[in-house]
Amino acid sequence: MKRKSLWALSLIALIGLAVCAAMMWRPSIAPLDKPAMADAASVERGARVVEQGDCAVCHTRPGGAYMAGGLPLVTPFGTLYTTNITPDRETGIGAWPLEAFVRAMRKGVSRDGHFLYPAFPYVHYSRMSDTDIADAYAYLMSVDPVQAHAPENHMMFPMNFRPLVSFWNLLFLRNDPLVDVPGQSAMWNRGRYLVEGAGHCSSCHTPLNFIGGEKASEHLAGGLVDGWHAPALTGMAQAANPWSAQQLVAYLRGEVADHHGGAAGPMLPVSLSIAQLPEEDAQAMADYILSLRGAGAKAGPDCAASTSAVPDNAAGAALFVGACAGCHGGGAPMRTIDGRPGLGVVSAATADTPRNLIKTLLEGIPMSPRAPSHYMPAFADSLDDSHIAALAGYLRSQACAAQPWADLEKTVTTIRQEGASK
Amino acid sequence: MITLNVNGKDHQLDIDPDMPLLYALRNHLQLNGAKYGCGLGQCGACTVMVGDKPVFSCLLPAEAASGKAVRTVEGLGSAEKPGTLQKAFIEQQAAQCGYCIAGMIMRAQALIEEVANPSDEQIREHMAPNLCRCGTHLRIFSAIKAVIASGVKP
Repeated sequence: MKRKSLWALSLIALIGLAVCAAMMWRPSIAPLDKPAMADAASVERGARVVEQGDCAVCHTRPGGAYMAGGLPLVTPFGTLYTTNITPDRETGIGAWPLEAFVRAMRKGVSRDGHFLYPAFPYVHYSRMSDTDIADAYAYLMSVDPVQAHAPENHMMFPMNFRPLVSFWNLLFLRNDPLVDVPGQSAMWNRGRYLVEGAGHCSSCHTPLNFIGGEKASEHLAGGLVDGWHAPALTGMAQAANPWSAQQLVAYLRGEVADHHGGAAGPMLPVSLSIAQLPEEDAQAMADYILSLRGAGAKAGPDCAASTSAVPDNAAGAALFVGACAGCHGGGAPMRTIDGRPGLGVVSAATADTPRNLIKTLLEGIPMSPRAPSHYMPAFADSLDDSHIAALAGYLRSQACAAQPWADLEKTVTTIRQEGASK
Repeated sequence: MITLNVNGKDHQLDIDPDMPLLYALRNHLQLNGAKYGCGLGQCGACTVMVGDKPVFSCLLPAEAASGKAVRTVEGLGSAEKPGTLQKAFIEQQAAQCGYCIAGMIMRAQALIEEVANPSDEQIREHMAPNLCRCGTHLRIFSAIKAVIASGVKP
């Protein structure tokens, strides 16, 4: 009897091992003999798909060659480096047949069979159509091949063992290509396809659980990325400081939106990517996003509530005059000729959290060689935590006197430390 | 009253706390090296060092600079006795109209003090905020390289 149960146990263990091994193993796909050729129309359509997917935002490092990878992505599980997706045969994807590219986009598996980390948003790309993925492939195979090895990843144990990603996929990878919702307009469906598919907005705008998966119950309810608050995309039309379609389209396309401001932080390169697309793509995305209702989500503080006591903040007011008024003061020419927003209305000053206002004050908004964006100088090196806090407090009192932010100086110190430890 | 420590000397100034440091330096201390270019932090002509960082003095309220060590191009040397970077800028003839040069030198000074042996890419990235309308960026770059190559700490 004892021996029998031992046998049964061994058998179960063996089967378990076999299942695990099968789960964690993927075959290699044979490399191409000669470079893939694509028709010009597919390449042209693919250029648009690749912008929709923001591929270059991660796969091009600052100062590096287009799509040659090497950008560090700091995750709670270690640091990853983006890969080279130029058609270089040795270091890029030049030897990848379409079949391998499709598998990477839909299943998160590399040509040679190793699992890709989910920082590559295949959980969202899997929702794209076959045609779009094939066009993206055609375009990527047409860019200049660059020989560049990605630096080695520094992932913590046990996530440095890639096959474990297969269990993560079991939990989070279940997205079939999107099918249009009947009864919704073509524009809305197009917007949903771009937002939930290639655009992978929820990678940043949905909170993550402790193993780095998106919390499905809080889809697009807001997240945290690189120390910036990625605001909720739900309830934007109903917020206390509501977004119109026109404002959101301008924002998405890298412009300064009335009453909200311009993209900064990790959203800036995304908006510059969307700015390359035909305006109808941004219009469709805005149409879908503004249709999303917040499920009991807070619509932001009611800044319009009257208050009798605007706190005296002479230090903050003086800092504003000396450091900000040149562009943001009432009579500043930059307000009229170059669209700099008045700071009494911008989203960063009316939000629940002071995080994005503080991040913008510290880091500014960099110039971009790609578009005439809304540059702002950084103040991290010239203003102390106490100055930044006084300035943020002053701007808050101008934008939302009824609900001052608490513990500003401590928050500034924390945010600075987060930036330094990276 | 606001106390400014500039090039190692304390100055008591009767100025508004919101006055940009640049105006205090030029109009009250007669340190006219740093220039007013755009007043928007876009050109770098006003660059001085506060502590060990290069900053746009046109966007720094004097009060926020109070209590910190401010350094301007005048602190590096004089026409008679130019400092290391100043000498290299003269040798490379890096100035055309000269308006941006004081800012360029102060930004370069901060780099050379902070980084032991900066690469070409690091120099370019560090100097990017400062613009030269005459287009002498390559000579400015050569002057900075020459100082780094000489190993002399300015």
